[in-house]
Amino acid sequence: MNDQADQQPVRLAPTYRFQWEEAQQAHVLLYPEGMIKLNGPAGEILKHCDGTRTEAQVIETLRQQFPGHDDLDDDVRAFLSEARAKGWVS
Amino acid sequence: MSDSPRPLWLLAELTYACPLQCPYCSNPLDFAAHGAELSTEDWLRVLREARTMGATQLGFSGGEPLARRDLDTLIAEARKLGYYTNLITSAVGMDAERVARFREIGLDHIQVSFQASDAELNDLIAGTTSFQHKLDMARAVKANGFPMVLCFVLHRDNMDRVDDLLELAKSLNADYVELATTQYYGWAWVNRDRLMPTREQLEEAEQITNRFREERAGDMKIYYVVPDYYETRPKPCMNGWGQMFLTIAPDGTALPCHAARQLPGLSFPNVRDASIDDIWHRSGAFNHFRGYDWMKEPCRSCPEKTKDFGGCRCQAYMLTGDAANADPVCDKSPFHDRVLSAIDTRDQRLTEVVEKPLVFRNPKNSRALSQP
Repeated sequence: MNDQADQQPVRLAPTYRFQWEEAQQAHVLLYPEGMIKLNGPAGEILKHCDGTRTEAQVIETLRQQFPGHDDLDDDVRAFLSEARAKGWVS
Repeated sequence: MSDSPRPLWLLAELTYACPLQCPYCSNPLDFAAHGAELSTEDWLRVLREARTMGATQLGFSGGEPLARRDLDTLIAEARKLGYYTNLITSAVGMDAERVARFREIGLDHIQVSFQASDAELNDLIAGTTSFQHKLDMARAVKANGFPMVLCFVLHRDNMDRVDDLLELAKSLNADYVELATTQYYGWAWVNRDRLMPTREQLEEAEQITNRFREERAGDMKIYYVVPDYYETRPKPCMNGWGQMFLTIAPDGTALPCHAARQLPGLSFPNVRDASIDDIWHRSGAFNHFRGYDWMKEPCRSCPEKTKDFGGCRCQAYMLTGDAANADPVCDKSPFHDRVLSAIDTRDQRLTEVVEKPLVFRNPKNSRALSQP
């Protein structure tokens, strides 16, 4: 991860909508004529990618929310890197 | 719990009215004879009930959904309920002001259909002058910040111009392009021999699409809908009967797919008489081809049945006369030769002398074709 990307707030790409689905008990990403059902951790991470936090701040928020998870940092970075590659976040 | 089928995808066919006359329309041939359209109240109830059951994706379709006068009311309510709302339109009946209004009331996405990459062929296939208007509207869709899908139905007359179609989509900043090779239902079934591309056309179009994807597409995603007649295994139609897809026709008839109405021996429920919950879980029609118990050989003992669910019931019925047969696209089907014999090679096409005219989708032809 380069420094420049780390200083930009992480935000959901405009072609996606993120929401909680009661019937599926899961967060989902919605896009034209399609849906991605997210697992628990992915939903918790994307919840904070609202354009107000940098990657480091997303991680810090999750650290406070889930204390005691030492490997959280790497997991979140790996997920966000994948999410960028898929075009979910920028 | 998560395994029980749920109508995640709701297709609301608001009306059969349409200013276009595309000869591959998937609407039923006898659309002109169908009963009165649902009221606004009925639709609002359908939206609420399906949403409670977990429906998430909602397609407003038709006919041309813009022809429904309560479209704005339905979109606004759907968005409030939490649906991802898709408007599937020809763009005929829309202007820039209306596109902006759709944005205000919360519409999520607009899919615009084009019939070709140039005005002459586009307007010929559509049966109406519409190409320039479609260009203007596609630009308005993007200018208002919508994600945009451009849909091209491919057939013999426009398949050689796939590169032009893709360039057009690129120049309009489409987010997604759907290249949908004609599926032979409804009006496309009547025009099948006239619309079916040759094997050579198909292979060339696929190569061009792949090259474009690698070299030119950038962020634009291209979906190439595989033309199943040329395959040896059937498509997992609708992800299985009554598994995730629910269509409501303009008159309120509930269907597991928009072509299912033609299947004999099934009595499809109507939302005027029953709740969506009843229809989905307890109606005979939605349970008829659910799961695997209805299957005959070669599907019954086939290890691939959990992957393709035996293919498409409508295609099985249209090509073999029995909807419980394997989709004859499968080369394990004893009727597979009926699919093969429908496909020409270019050499055969060159020797063909008599050209059948296209039958356009309009109320006059609908009445003529539905005479007993």
